[in-house]
Amino acid sequence: MATVSYRDASRIYPGSDRAAVNKLNLEIEDGEFMVLVGPSGCGKSTSLRMLAGLEEVNAGNIFIGDRDVTDLPPKDRDIAMVFQNYALYPHMTVADNMGFALKMQNVPKAERQKRVQEAAHLLGLEDFLSRKPKALSGGQRQRVAMGRAIVRQPQVFLMDEPLSNLDAKLRVSTRTQIAALQRRLGVTTVYVTHDQVEAMTMGDRVAVLKDGILQQVDSPLALYDTPNNLFVAGFIGSPAMNLMIGKVTEGGATIGDYTVPVPRETLAKADGDETVTLGIRPETFKISSTGQGIALDIAVVEELGADSYLYGTLAGLSEDELVNAPQIVARVGARTAPQKGEVVRLEIDPEHVHVFNNTTEDRIS
Amino acid sequence: MPRFLAAKPDADLIRLPWNVPLESWPTAHLVALPRGISRHVVRFIQVGDDILAAKEILEEVAVHEYRQLTELRRLDVPAVEPVGVVLGRNDSEGNVLDPILLTRHLPFSLPYRALFYSGVKLDTVNRLLDAMVVLFARLHLTGFYWGDVSLSNILFRRDAGEFAAYLVDAETGELHAKLTDGQRAHDLQIATTNLFGEFSDLEAGGMLDPSLQPQWLVETIVDRYHSLWAELTGVEEFSESELYRLEGRVRRLNALGFDVAEIDVSTSADGSTIRMQPKVVEAGHHSRRLMRLTGLDAEEHQARRLLNDMDTFRAKIPGTMTESVAAHKWLMEVFEPATSRIPPDLAGKRDPAQFFHELLDYRWYMSQRENHEVSIVEAASGYVADVLRTLPDEEMSNVMPVGQELLNKYDPSQGFADDEEEPPYDPWEDGANDPELPVSFGFDIEALRARERAKSRERDPG
Repeated sequence: MATVSYRDASRIYPGSDRAAVNKLNLEIEDGEFMVLVGPSGCGKSTSLRMLAGLEEVNAGNIFIGDRDVTDLPPKDRDIAMVFQNYALYPHMTVADNMGFALKMQNVPKAERQKRVQEAAHLLGLEDFLSRKPKALSGGQRQRVAMGRAIVRQPQVFLMDEPLSNLDAKLRVSTRTQIAALQRRLGVTTVYVTHDQVEAMTMGDRVAVLKDGILQQVDSPLALYDTPNNLFVAGFIGSPAMNLMIGKVTEGGATIGDYTVPVPRETLAKADGDETVTLGIRPETFKISSTGQGIALDIAVVEELGADSYLYGTLAGLSEDELVNAPQIVARVGARTAPQKGEVVRLEIDPEHVHVFNNTTEDRIS
Repeated sequence: MPRFLAAKPDADLIRLPWNVPLESWPTAHLVALPRGISRHVVRFIQVGDDILAAKEILEEVAVHEYRQLTELRRLDVPAVEPVGVVLGRNDSEGNVLDPILLTRHLPFSLPYRALFYSGVKLDTVNRLLDAMVVLFARLHLTGFYWGDVSLSNILFRRDAGEFAAYLVDAETGELHAKLTDGQRAHDLQIATTNLFGEFSDLEAGGMLDPSLQPQWLVETIVDRYHSLWAELTGVEEFSESELYRLEGRVRRLNALGFDVAEIDVSTSADGSTIRMQPKVVEAGHHSRRLMRLTGLDAEEHQARRLLNDMDTFRAKIPGTMTESVAAHKWLMEVFEPATSRIPPDLAGKRDPAQFFHELLDYRWYMSQRENHEVSIVEAASGYVADVLRTLPDEEMSNVMPVGQELLNKYDPSQGFADDEEEPPYDPWEDGANDPELPVSFGFDIEALRARERAKSRERDPG
């Protein structure tokens, strides 16, 4: 068991003038499930590989526990990359498929059997131990692969997009299994994914990266409820948060013909800009009962169970303005859902409006 | 309608049953050739006169691998030839099927399952291990991190008395400008684990010669990799009186089949110590020279053998003749008359360069026996009649490894066809197989809030 700390850790590829990972500072607690997430090229995989010893650390340090591993070769770091290789050997039993790497390291047979037995118990594979893997399902194969990492008893598990080549259904169930298993094992885990849904459902905390820079690290709920900046606001959430530019006026920000109330002290942080960006999650919109609110011209109504998603644009725009008009999404109860083509007014509880400075892109509400 | 991503699309491809999952393709299209194990569905398929390997994988991975293989070929690294990716597949009910990556079956290739069989000579094993190590070092020199080195991802081809190894699978590969020591070390660590697993699997299936120990095989590979890497890239220091060591190093590298394109030499301040390190080393020293002189494409050791014969031929010509003129004369008077003796029906036994290498050995013994120098054409006729005719066909090797019958002859990953009772009940599978389980692509914030509330209640029951 161990903590992991990145301290001002940077990676600059030769010939590049921009750091792939720029002064990363991240403290991962003992036993924590930390997810690194961000779009392609954000530095999440590079950060993981720096921890694994696959990428040089050009500046700063990385610690596992109180050990500085910055310059240690991968094999001396006591980490296990999970799912790197999950080819199962057809002529070996499931037990041997899980324990063969220990055999290579000359771990005594009794110890090997004990560790395999324990891992099999955790993974619900005890009844399969003496069988050949040919009849195993995709999910069972994944569990055997996970068993391979567990029997090594590493201090930290590293997982780089482990679910990326599973089909959608298997991905959802394996996701739940990995998260549950990690909690039972209590081994510190660093998990990389580009999929924010995966990040939000699995991680104890989630670190959001962009262009090599850590944007925010927080619990999934905190990321959702109080995103630090425009990038995090737009990246986390599905469907994404509505980000609309509002003109700063007395007492609020005006969108179309409606002024969303924003406290004066928040507006003061706009640094004198004429506009701010308002962020509103689709589910915080309500269809107005008072005739006040943002006017939405509905283009599509999508029904999903008890909810309806309304997709459209701000009503009353000119043809030219429509070309670049951002899509607005609102989630409303299916029973109250209006029809495609209608114009509705959407009201918002001012408490749920996120306000961002348009110059710094930082949160000011 | 499927889409084809390919440099040279082949009309015959369009007619194949792309709307059927590869696993269920009619056997009329399939060819049972020996190969390694894989985690995806892989089949050899017949397309016109070609045999292609087809692998069903996710789109992102398929396109990545196609591009990696294309790039590796461009960099002149021995790798299988990518043919294309079939995208946008749907079955007859409209369900989406994963894309298929197509690569050309490497002619005259021998997969490991046909090589480490019971009764194999230690000498042969040593050569196979060497070929693997050379491939591995070449990839690392090029800046290629493989990420999944394994026997199943390597094919072997005969190379004079040695073997040449080819990369088959670049799914996890990454091309960097230069690999860090950490990347190489990790690649090697993955290699040792995978190779140990595969050798152990052969052992468990009764397909590994009992004299071979997985542990020994893996340690040998690692040791040889380290010594080859040191020879290729290591720093050497010597005094100024030992300048010959500079040339010695280059000769040793040439003998290993590598050209030195750039060497870094520096002298200490007082001039007494010289430090040198090869900077740019390229494989294919002999095969490039053979290609330049004759246009023949051969493996490295084959090329060396052919070049030796060409050099001897030139030495016997009275007067002086430039190398390129002599090479042309050798090609017209020696190589082509000899290889044209191979009857078309035996062309699948050996490729021309390998045939010529074996023919040179045969001629040597024949000349010894007959006490005079036998002409190459005469020897070629003898070799075809005495030896070639009796050899197994290797252009498309279908020598199956010893052992029990495979459960599915098109898929060795499924193991032997031995009887096994019904699989035990697995409660973990209930979730995954539950048809009612919604596949949610979106993100359920309410579920997350509920989970957090439950957690905080747990922490603070009051």
